[in-house]
Amino acid sequence: MATKSTTAERARPASEPSTLVLVCLAAWAIPGAGHFWLGRVQKGLVFFVALMTMFISGLLLKGRLFPFELGEVLVALAAFANFGLGLPWLVARMLDLGQGTVTAVTWEYGNCFLIVAGLLNFLVILDAFDIATGRK
Amino acid sequence: MTSHLLLLMLFAVLVSSVFAALTRDEPRAQLRSGAMMFGGFVAAAIVLSWLMYPLPL
Repeated sequence: MATKSTTAERARPASEPSTLVLVCLAAWAIPGAGHFWLGRVQKGLVFFVALMTMFISGLLLKGRLFPFELGEVLVALAAFANFGLGLPWLVARMLDLGQGTVTAVTWEYGNCFLIVAGLLNFLVILDAFDIATGRK
Repeated sequence: MTSHLLLLMLFAVLVSSVFAALTRDEPRAQLRSGAMMFGGFVAAAIVLSWLMYPLPL
C-alpha cells in the first residue's frame, strides 16, 4: 500500500524560535558564526575567511560603504547589501572606513567586493536558518 | 594590486568557495564544485571580454 508523507514524518524544527533568531543574528553579525553555533565548523570557517577577505579587500581597493539614502534607489540598495555583513560593516562605518575614492582605478572593484560580500552573507544566514530548522 | 585579471581571479575564488560550501556538504565535493565554479567564472570572463573587445566604448 502506498504511503503519503505526513507532517509527523517531515523534519521537525531543531530549534526554538528564540534560538533561531539568535542563530540568524549571530550569522549576520559574524560571517560563519551561525554555522559554528550549529556545529558546522568547516563551513563556518570557509564563510568567515572568504567573506572577511572579500570585505577587507573591498576596503583596501578603495570601495565605498554606501549610506542609506532612500532618495537614491541604487545607493539605498547598495547600502542594504553592505549592511549584510553585520559587525565588520558596523565597525568600518564607526571608524569612517569605506569612504571610497571615486578616482581610484580599483573603485568599482572595491564596491563590487563589498556589495557581494554582504549579499553572500545573506545567503549564509539563510543556510544557517535552514540547518537550524532541520531542512538541511 | 591593480591587475584586472588577478582581481577577477581573487573575486572568483572567494565567491566560488562560498557557493561550494553552501551547496555541498562533503569537503571533497566542495573542492570539486568550487574548482569547477572558479574555472567557469574565469573562462566566462575571458570569453565575454574577448566578445566585447570589438565593441566601441
